[in-house]
Amino acid sequence: MKASLKSYITGFVLSLVLTLGAAWLVSAYISSGSSSRAMFTPDMLIGILLALAIVQLFVQLIFFMHLADESGPRWKLGALVSAVGIILIVVVGSIWIMNHLNYNMMASPADMNTYIQSQDGF
Amino acid sequence: MEKMNETNATAAQAAQADRHAFGFWVYLMTDLVIFGVLFAVYYVLKASTFGGPSSNDLFSLSTALTNTIVLLTSSFTCGLATLAARSKKLNQTIAWLAVTFMLGATFLTLELSEFSRFMSAGASWQRSAFLSAFFTLVGTHGLHIAVGLLWIAVAIVQLKVKGLTPSVVSKLDRFTLFWHFLDIVWIFIFTTVYLMGIM
Repeated sequence: MKASLKSYITGFVLSLVLTLGAAWLVSAYISSGSSSRAMFTPDMLIGILLALAIVQLFVQLIFFMHLADESGPRWKLGALVSAVGIILIVVVGSIWIMNHLNYNMMASPADMNTYIQSQDGF
Repeated sequence: MEKMNETNATAAQAAQADRHAFGFWVYLMTDLVIFGVLFAVYYVLKASTFGGPSSNDLFSLSTALTNTIVLLTSSFTCGLATLAARSKKLNQTIAWLAVTFMLGATFLTLELSEFSRFMSAGASWQRSAFLSAFFTLVGTHGLHIAVGLLWIAVAIVQLKVKGLTPSVVSKLDRFTLFWHFLDIVWIFIFTTVYLMGIM
């Protein structure tokens, strides 16, 4: 979207709505006692919050940073996609690996010994 | 002939501004990778509170939301400054930049007072791995904001001294990209650090 007053106002209003919506969901979740009365399970709420943040990312990229204006070879988009690719590998990979390390390291040394002996035979 | 030279010069300037904008974009993307790594560190260490305060004990929704709205508004006014610069309105450009500066300074003040509140409650970066990761991630963003404030101050001086020359406007465009970029990083700090930290 070309830089214009309209594009900035659209981006600003959409971002405000998305931010306030996310904050409202969390405050409603907290005040419901985060138990059975809550609208969402924690995992669902995390998913929704992430989705709202990603929508806002696109809103600002398009209405504030005018990424969609780029003509010809889309170098900016290419650089962005590479950066996001690296970030996803680092972030998702870190969480995945470290959570499993924690799981494996939870046992006491004696239990670990038994575990290694029974699983790996040494 | 003179007319043609002028057209060529304008086209050359536009091409150069495009190249500079792309170079700056590549820098922003590498900066994004730095933030990505700091986010990864934070997510991994979030639960490692070492018996100290957790994100639930420390974070407040109202502070985080106020910070977010202030920064979002500053991103908007910074866009309005660019629009004013494109339509050659010098005073309006300076005025919107000044508003952006005030909002940015408010954001930084709120953030630093939040940090000092944490530290006086015994939650400094030395308390636990969670707090080290938190201060590194949010502090790095705050450092970028501080550099951005310096940049606005320099831009206002340049506008006053040189006026809306092509080189000043092209620098202003890059500042705008930088500022919008910082707001996008903050969306993820707000969502994944603050909102997910208190839910």
